[in-house]
Amino acid sequence: MTEKIFRVNMTDLTTSVEDVPAAWAGHGGRGLTSTIVAAEVEPTCHPLGPKNKLVFAPGLLSGTVAANSGRLSAGAKSPLTGTIKEANSGGTAAQFLARCGCKALIIEGQPKGDGWYSLMVTPDGVTISEEKDLIGKGNFAVAGALESRLPGKGLITIGPAGEMKMAAANISVKDPDGGMRSNGRGGLGAVMGSKKVKFIAIDPRDGKVEIADPEKFKEANRTFAKALVGHPVSKALGQYGTNVLVNIINESGGLPTRNFTLGQFEGHEKISGETMYDTIIARNGKPKHNCHPGCVIQCSQVYNDASGKKITSGFEYESIWAMGADCCIDNLDQIAEADRLMDDIGIDSIETPVAMGVAMEAGVLSFGDGSGICRVLKEEVAKGTPLGRIIGNGAASVGRAYGVTRVPVVKNQAIPAYDPRAIKGIGITYATSTQGADHTMGYTIATNILGVGGKVDPLTKEGQVELSRNLQIATAAIDSTGMCLFIAFAALDDQNCLPALIEMINARFGIALTGDDVVSLGQYILKTERAFNLAAGFTNLDDRLPDFFYTEPVAPHNVVFDFSGEEIDTFWNF
Amino acid sequence: MQVTVKLFAFFRDGRFKEEGREYPPGTTVGDIVNSLGIVRDEVGVVLVNSRQAGLEAAVAENDAVAIFPVIGGG
Repeated sequence: MTEKIFRVNMTDLTTSVEDVPAAWAGHGGRGLTSTIVAAEVEPTCHPLGPKNKLVFAPGLLSGTVAANSGRLSAGAKSPLTGTIKEANSGGTAAQFLARCGCKALIIEGQPKGDGWYSLMVTPDGVTISEEKDLIGKGNFAVAGALESRLPGKGLITIGPAGEMKMAAANISVKDPDGGMRSNGRGGLGAVMGSKKVKFIAIDPRDGKVEIADPEKFKEANRTFAKALVGHPVSKALGQYGTNVLVNIINESGGLPTRNFTLGQFEGHEKISGETMYDTIIARNGKPKHNCHPGCVIQCSQVYNDASGKKITSGFEYESIWAMGADCCIDNLDQIAEADRLMDDIGIDSIETPVAMGVAMEAGVLSFGDGSGICRVLKEEVAKGTPLGRIIGNGAASVGRAYGVTRVPVVKNQAIPAYDPRAIKGIGITYATSTQGADHTMGYTIATNILGVGGKVDPLTKEGQVELSRNLQIATAAIDSTGMCLFIAFAALDDQNCLPALIEMINARFGIALTGDDVVSLGQYILKTERAFNLAAGFTNLDDRLPDFFYTEPVAPHNVVFDFSGEEIDTFWNF
Repeated sequence: MQVTVKLFAFFRDGRFKEEGREYPPGTTVGDIVNSLGIVRDEVGVVLVNSRQAGLEAAVAENDAVAIFPVIGGG
């Protein structure tokens, strides 16, 4: 099936199927969403106005049998950061879109009236329908209703947060078991809400992705999957999930606690991956679960309550950290309940609890008040009360509303689960990322803490800028393939992994990329994204951390973030 | 000398979470790993008093030694 660009104009409610421009042909995932946003969106536009565009793109290998290739990129100008944004997600949508022959889905314009719509994507293109029944409903109700209306289809949806255009609203993607995965960061759910699109259903029918050299592809995929399965990080991820990190980051003194005032959390053991695993087993949950078919790592899980009923799945370290250590809640059941609520409301489970931590510092709630967080999510955020909207617009919004100065954000986006004072490489990533603070943009934790891809001492400045630069370039390239970022652990350590991945791309398209081409691709993506941000009015002075990281030492190491602006700016020397 | 040893993930299986243990002066991290029957190649990260350390690092009285298998996430 020939790949096409599917375009939806929400101003006049028309759709089209277009040939792929030559300049876009070699791109997928993040590389494609950022290329399209940079080409078609005015950098100075209002993110929630008709000039912004929401772009979905499966990765280069999505829809094939390549292991772990089911990531979906969503891109737009972000209403949270004002920068270009790419957020990616698991779930089945990327594979289904690719099988529709959809290289990218571009949603542009804005309806004049108050009506809401849904989209249906098939190999023939996109149809727009008016939607009434599901407006105001949470994501699980949408998924349930759609399963009766249109069984077996892929689903991309927004909850009430997206409808209300909250800057922390995410886009949710259904997983094979009706759970939600999220294009989490940067408020892309608000952009979808601003286009008045409640959900997108995807029906690939019998569509298949063409492979130029099937034998070569199969062979490379075998080598690739073997490298993934054989890496010890994959084994630990399958058993403990990403939450295996609570104890090691705590032990390292880099677990931001009590709104970033401490580097260790007393209750760490109770919210750790080890405790979570034991609890899941005791309650007949599933320690392993995949967010898309073909994942061989299975870092997701099904977490049940004490009676054995499912509370949540895809229960991630960063979300658990944010509600746990940052808000001082040491009750995993309350954290799981809050996680489920956020999946249903459709709001970022990093931004929102970090905003709660700032609200706790302001005295809106007490630190440790887990039932208070669940109440605020249900009664304030989901209903769009004034307090709910202040929190739903993110950590910086709460700081401004309540006059709090200890607000952990870069370019308005909440800093996640790793303190940049005690783990300095990640501070460079937070400062320089084209998308605001985001650990996934250049995960120096691998090398600073986990000893994967070498070792760089987290407490010294030496080597951190180079480390972050190399990882951000590699990550931008991986984010274009449709691959889950967790392939990076094997790619950093196993010399067979990356060549096999490149071989698969070559076999898929009948081309001859080399390792150098992959590096060039990553550099091109970062530079394209940065050029958009500069044109939107950002400067190097935005690549800084908030004041308190430079002035408030964090225990137990009693260190500050001590990079000068000039040192940070050397990041862009490539 | 007294050393606090902390184990994580599957290193806890059949062992312990945290224990105060006696070792002779001059003990290294590697000696502690051996004393616990942990395969050296399975050790991913060691933190001594919250700082990264190698298997050759010497351990002192009252140190806290945390031993992790190869793990990741993010």
